[in-house]
Amino acid sequence: MKAAAEWRVAVVGAGPAGLYATRHLLDQPELNFEVDVFERLPTPWGLVRAGVAPDRPEKKRIIERQFNLTLGDSRVQYFGNVEVGRDVRVAELQAWYDAVIYAVGASSDVRMGIPGEELPGCWAARQFVGWYNGHPDYSQLQFDLSCRRAVVVGNGNVALDVARILMQPLAALQSTDIAEHALVTLAASRIEEVVILGRRGHFQGAFHNPELEALAELPGVDVLVDADELPAANEVVMDGADWATRRKVRTLQQLAARPASGARKRIVLRFLTSPVEVLGADKVEQLLVVRNHLQHDARGRLQARPTEEESILDTGLVLRAIGYRSYPLSGLPFDERRGVIANLDGRVTEIPGAYVTGWSRRGSRGIIGNNKKCARDTVASLLADLQAGKLACATLTGKEVVNQLNNRAIDWVSYSDWLYLDRLECEAGCAQQRARAKLTSIEQMLSRLEERKAQLPKDY
Amino acid sequence: MAYVITAACVADSSCVDICPVDCIGPRPDDPAYDDTEQLYIDPAACIDCAACVDVCPVLAIYEAGALPLKWQHYAAINRQYFRESES
Repeated sequence: MKAAAEWRVAVVGAGPAGLYATRHLLDQPELNFEVDVFERLPTPWGLVRAGVAPDRPEKKRIIERQFNLTLGDSRVQYFGNVEVGRDVRVAELQAWYDAVIYAVGASSDVRMGIPGEELPGCWAARQFVGWYNGHPDYSQLQFDLSCRRAVVVGNGNVALDVARILMQPLAALQSTDIAEHALVTLAASRIEEVVILGRRGHFQGAFHNPELEALAELPGVDVLVDADELPAANEVVMDGADWATRRKVRTLQQLAARPASGARKRIVLRFLTSPVEVLGADKVEQLLVVRNHLQHDARGRLQARPTEEESILDTGLVLRAIGYRSYPLSGLPFDERRGVIANLDGRVTEIPGAYVTGWSRRGSRGIIGNNKKCARDTVASLLADLQAGKLACATLTGKEVVNQLNNRAIDWVSYSDWLYLDRLECEAGCAQQRARAKLTSIEQMLSRLEERKAQLPKDY
Repeated sequence: MAYVITAACVADSSCVDICPVDCIGPRPDDPAYDDTEQLYIDPAACIDCAACVDVCPVLAIYEAGALPLKWQHYAAINRQYFRESES
């Protein structure tokens, strides 16, 4: 054990998982931790900034009420715009610090694995979400919303978010922090119908209740529920389901009974339906789908199995929202089957001093706060190793890490830099009567910081 | 009247840690926590101390009589979670 009880930990990823891990370290009563947070983008907050839908501003309050206090803590250094695996190698980080916690999220996604998936007009919902939220990786994408019908494959919360944003009246988005380019494209959208496909039945919908209820509340939008095999309100089949599921099915029953208002726009919730093939000459024109039935597999779980009943949906836009995966980070073992960084209790397999938390540890499951427990458990593994003397000593001080990055001519973004960008976004938003006007490219962000540097006195 | 957790909840569980009468669930170590949609307050146990209101990182908690219009039904939802999910 070190006498000064000073431990230097790197956290890779400034999303909820990384920031909860940082907070758990800072809150250790007996140990003094310094934490350096590395983030691939100049901007922090991960999916709270780039995933949470713009019409859900209340969820973003966690930034000012919690994450700012963590990232702004005097024991924390922020290195934005530094990509681990490119600018700094994993092996280097492991040597520089007593321990490293990887919280890199799940930025890859599950493919449908059907013919025609490569056709223009067929996207991952992740790309669409990143685009409307101004994520620099997706801001340049061009979505063609000139068709009448869009199809979302999958019916989890991401699927319902995407459908809601496509059908939300423009007025409801204008005051939000949605990316400007998305607002322009959505204003010209001709989409009148969004069909949401769930491969299993009404009882297995992956969405949460609030997301389902939000669809029902959209003004000027009819929500149609495929009521085949939807039990009637008084059927005993409800008794076997858990409470949240019964609540969802009750909402579906109410929606199915609600007469269509004849509104121009509608959302169609289809169940027991899977995509078979994306059809089109040089872009998406149709989606061939098949009706499923449910069967218990060997482990007793209900699985969707295709029937012979196929049908065709005319569409120009297909968004797949069937799950996220993490991605292999050079230097770290990857569990291909689970789509996560290989680990046991948050300890990265075979790399002493390396830990993982959040979606890159347990897969894309759960909501923002679930990452707090996950980070607590990963930090507990780290602390146990620390107490057992299993951690190798850090070779660099905080200042020396800064020097390393500067020597490599990395354009890293500090917390103070981020606060400046944050202020620019808020001020620009204020001028447009919007919550925030996001900077949507890394070049844009860095050039704003260059302009600021030019105004500061030399050697500042 | 009791306090009520609304759909804004992100299951951060700061409220669980601070609640003096342990009336908020599911708790992080409960099996139901990992897949829960949100956390809920048991109105039969809540003592109206409001400690949870201040620690909620997204301000999702309201006094039952002061719920925003869109979340009026959450008083019943919080109650039902404890009555119906245990049955």
